Amino acid sequence: MNRTVSDAYAAVEAARNSSRPTGLDYISNVFTSFLELHGDRGSGDDPSLVGGLARLDGCPVTVLAVEKGHTARQRQARNFGSVHPEGYRKALRLMRQAQKFRRPVVCFVDTAGAGCGLADEQHGIGQAIAENLKELAGLSVPVISVIIGEGGSGGALGLALADQVWMLEGAYYSVISPEGCAQILWKDPKKVSEAAVCLHLTADDALALGVTDRIIQEKDIGKKPFFDRLRESLSEELQKLGQDPDLLAKRYARFRRF
Amino acid sequence: MALLHFLKPDNALEDGGRDRLPVQADAMEPELTCPECRKSTPVSLLQARYMVCPCGHHFRMNARQRIRMVTDANSFREEFEDVVGEDPLHFPGYPGKRESARAASGEKEAVICGTGTVGGVPCALFFMEPRFMMGSMGSAVGERITRIFELALERHLPVVGFTVSGGARMQEGLLSLMQMAKISAAVRRHSDAGLLYIAVLTDPTTGGVTASFAMEADIALAEPGATIGFAGRRIVEQTTGKRLPGDFQKAETVEQEGFIDRIVPRQQMKPLLTQLLAMHPAGGKRR
Repeated sequence: MNRTVSDAYAAVEAARNSSRPTGLDYISNVFTSFLELHGDRGSGDDPSLVGGLARLDGCPVTVLAVEKGHTARQRQARNFGSVHPEGYRKALRLMRQAQKFRRPVVCFVDTAGAGCGLADEQHGIGQAIAENLKELAGLSVPVISVIIGEGGSGGALGLALADQVWMLEGAYYSVISPEGCAQILWKDPKKVSEAAVCLHLTADDALALGVTDRIIQEKDIGKKPFFDRLRESLSEELQKLGQDPDLLAKRYARFRRF
Repeated sequence: MALLHFLKPDNALEDGGRDRLPVQADAMEPELTCPECRKSTPVSLLQARYMVCPCGHHFRMNARQRIRMVTDANSFREEFEDVVGEDPLHFPGYPGKRESARAASGEKEAVICGTGTVGGVPCALFFMEPRFMMGSMGSAVGERITRIFELALERHLPVVGFTVSGGARMQEGLLSLMQMAKISAAVRRHSDAGLLYIAVLTDPTTGGVTASFAMEADIALAEPGATIGFAGRRIVEQTTGKRLPGDFQKAETVEQEGFIDRIVPRQQMKPLLTQLLAMHPAGGKRR
């Protein structure tokens, strides 16, 4: 945890880099036969949250991924990965579906934070995240969440109350953005680097705090060996979790210790 | 006598519609000025009417005042007083901030939990404290609230909780974010046991508290005029580049949008809670 000032904020900036693999990159390289399923069945379909069915080493799983997009146009269309209430409710619907059909759930998290527009508030963004937390806390199938880039606060947690939470070595996970922290606490936007250090938001920090269970090395990131390694890890862990009769008790204990 | 008679209201409507302020307020008595009607009212008078201005504006209320307002006399027993926060991340300025919060509020943490009866019904209760860092949720707040849900589950009690919070306590970093998950899991267990949870959202209920236990209740009530939302007004204005309407995130708006069951003025809060609790005879027993 002896990171220098530049390290922590550099990690945040790197995690935001648009050339990093996004949710859809993970879906198409880690799984086979992905079938996207749209809509929250209430008020719309949120393109910033991609969900559906896929096979992991042949086994059906439910996949939920925040998608940010790479190009400017894509990023705009995906609301820069800030998920709307409709996205969280689509995720909720697919989680319940996964439980019904005894499929494990894999989430890829990459959001600066939940949507914070006027419509997001009007459509109950807080309630949508809360509902997901309550659902995930009691979901009877294994859940693994991987923070692949930005792990922005409640918006990230809404997809990360899981049996295992993994984090890319270059990702960050934080209760608030370093910019927001610097502004609120010190009224000084220049103090972002200091804020980033104080918040303990790097992959090393999160692991040391017990918030995450594993760091995913970024060697060959975006290339086949990287995705192969991740597939292997996910497959192995889901098999273990799937056989665990105390899954829910352990998930409770995992978060109870904080 | 004639003059006094003249000063008296001459009908019941007028009597009820106006507050009986003393003709000459004691200059020494502290007053609060209402942000709505701009009139000043002596604090002692406000306290006698649950901190509600004669115009109807609800001033913020501290946790102990709420305990007196809601629970039956002498029934409240505080729990988990020994659970207090630490400074796990050695965050600059945090210990000092917490000390001044303790001095300002007279409380050790931003929530008070306990058991008591409401209209004769035994309940587990929590009351968040606005004077303690605006009810911000750190590990101790999360631990106390989690424990009250666990205690309620064990003793088959309904939970009644009053929220007021600026959100997660950023000085505890990810550990405060994890409280949202920890409490939500405890709420879920309590709920799965068929037990009732009523949340009362008071001004302000925002951020991580809205995005977890404030919005996880079976019945969500709110006080008139309370700000209820996730992102702060400033953030939303920055995002949208537009000025927001005055009723943005007001309880009345949030009720219309479908996220609140009822808005309940303070004078009616205890009778309503009593009624709701009485309608859930199984909400406090194992099914």
